[in-house]
Amino acid sequence: MSADFWFGVEVFLNGLMAGVMYSLVALGFVLIFKASGIFNYAQGVMALFAAQTLVGLQTGLIPFSHLINAIFGTEFHHFGQAAPDWWIETYSRGLSVLLPESISLSIAGFLGFYGPTILAIIFAALVMLFFAILVEKLVLKHLVNQEPIILFMATIGLAFFMEGFGELMWGSDVKTLDIGIEQGGNVWFEEKTSFLGGEDFYGFYLDTLDIYATFIAVALVLALVLFSQYTKTGRALRAVADDHQAALSVGISLRTIWVIVWTIAGFVALVAGMMWGAKSGVQFSLSLIALKALPVLMLGGFTSIPGAIIGGLIIGVGEKMFEFLIGAPYLGGATENWFAYMLALLFLVFRPQGLFGEKIIERV
Amino acid sequence: MLDAAPTDESLLEISNIEVIYNHVILVLKGVSLSVPKGGITALLGGNGAGKTTTLKAISNLLHSERGEVTKGSISYRGEKIADLMPADLVKKGVIQVMEGRHCFEHLTIEENLMTGSYTRRDGRGAVAADLEMVYNYFPRLRERRKSQAGYTSGGEQQMCAIGRALMSRPETVLLDEPSMGLAPQLVEEIFGIVKDLNEKEGVSFLLAEQNTNVALRFAHYGYILESGRVVMDGPAAELRENPDVKEFYLGMSEEGRKSYRNVRSYRRRKRWLG
Repeated sequence: MSADFWFGVEVFLNGLMAGVMYSLVALGFVLIFKASGIFNYAQGVMALFAAQTLVGLQTGLIPFSHLINAIFGTEFHHFGQAAPDWWIETYSRGLSVLLPESISLSIAGFLGFYGPTILAIIFAALVMLFFAILVEKLVLKHLVNQEPIILFMATIGLAFFMEGFGELMWGSDVKTLDIGIEQGGNVWFEEKTSFLGGEDFYGFYLDTLDIYATFIAVALVLALVLFSQYTKTGRALRAVADDHQAALSVGISLRTIWVIVWTIAGFVALVAGMMWGAKSGVQFSLSLIALKALPVLMLGGFTSIPGAIIGGLIIGVGEKMFEFLIGAPYLGGATENWFAYMLALLFLVFRPQGLFGEKIIERV
Repeated sequence: MLDAAPTDESLLEISNIEVIYNHVILVLKGVSLSVPKGGITALLGGNGAGKTTTLKAISNLLHSERGEVTKGSISYRGEKIADLMPADLVKKGVIQVMEGRHCFEHLTIEENLMTGSYTRRDGRGAVAADLEMVYNYFPRLRERRKSQAGYTSGGEQQMCAIGRALMSRPETVLLDEPSMGLAPQLVEEIFGIVKDLNEKEGVSFLLAEQNTNVALRFAHYGYILESGRVVMDGPAAELRENPDVKEFYLGMSEEGRKSYRNVRSYRRRKRWLG
């Protein structure tokens, strides 16, 4: 096999991993659309808000510090250093009573390094839960049985509100999010695969963060599928997606289901925001990843979780391979920006329900 | 075994309710009725008479269709239920089987049935026992348990909808138009099962039905609705013999069959409440 072939494989793998990231964003849309028929315009902003909250909590930013400073003329910024060294030492000493020193040290080291991140993730998830409850109480509850377009407009309003609220709370500066996963090419993977090609081939260049993101996304999707297929609440979610009225009639409370769905969508947004934020910084443009999810949804169908995943993979691989095979050599490159939308357009013309859109069951 | 006949104890009391949709459309103009424990009560009438609205007013599904009860009261076991959520009512033992089946199309039959047990808190064992009970009443559902409900026949979907309601261990089932779109044989089968459930499981039914003939054969008591009012009520056996019911709803009259045109003009002259 020539180096060119293996280079193509590398592009393919990178496409798959980019696709997983797209799927992650698209998933949030599908969940809410299925359960409430709402196209949630705020999904991208939710990811941004979740990422901002995560950074804020992780680095100990004081919420609304800009506002407080502006009003009272104070100079607040941070609560203090995250995870000081004495904390790690105390922790390892405590653990060493129970465990051999080498193990306790490494656990404490792990917690010292990842502890703030893990705590921040847990708290950010709680914030998303709280947010879901607020959305239900303040917005959705009052719009039961309105036209889809009205609900859609409500989510546009929600998006603008969250955008402003997030910046008011955490500041509008570009933040870096370090979740303890290194970026850049994975050296181990590169060395292990360098034997495949000839002398010109140095092994696959895969971003470590992308690899982790792939595993996390796959785990998240598996968890979601298991949840919706095998739990009572999951079954209720699918029931609501099928028929609101009938779900009401058997005693399923729509309001509870909406809170659950928005919470899950919030968690998905948190994971997406975390991965994209770690990759390219937490800033306003993060909310635009929602735009990348649109072609994925058109491809995969708005109502299918597997569709969102496979749609994401097809878009990811498609745009990378197109750029590699046709775009760069013949079209002058930079095709990645529009390829997904062209593909989505073709799908809209020839298969509007998407690849896996729920078939409308019609008995004859 | 419970006694087949309805008891004197009244479960559901509706007195003089008025329902308005969208703040302007007056659908029920003072409907009163009572559902005794252990009985099958039929609510009869043509299209647009207000049968479905009455049932939805009871189960509180009206809110989601922008309808509201503006006058009168509805009480279950002496307790006002107008402000409860549908879910609370299901917990109290009142569940509605909606017109047109409304199965969850993409769920399997068994999953559909299991959604009926959503509000229950009495453990998996009890739910599994009830699932078995439902399968015994509707053996066809057992055969189709793994099929998506959307791909089953109309009769199976109706059975699924009734079975789903039974999974909530109801005391009273509000059954809306179970005969809709089904072959006469199937209608008989389903009503037979309803009768069985009433006699053996002691479930009380309030049955809205256009098929007057079948409904009056299986029910104990009947109310006839026309344009949002109860125009007549009585034990089913008496209603069956009433000449007006015979003429208007059973298509029989003293003079034998009449042409449709004559019936219409006769009807214009003779109004129910004069």
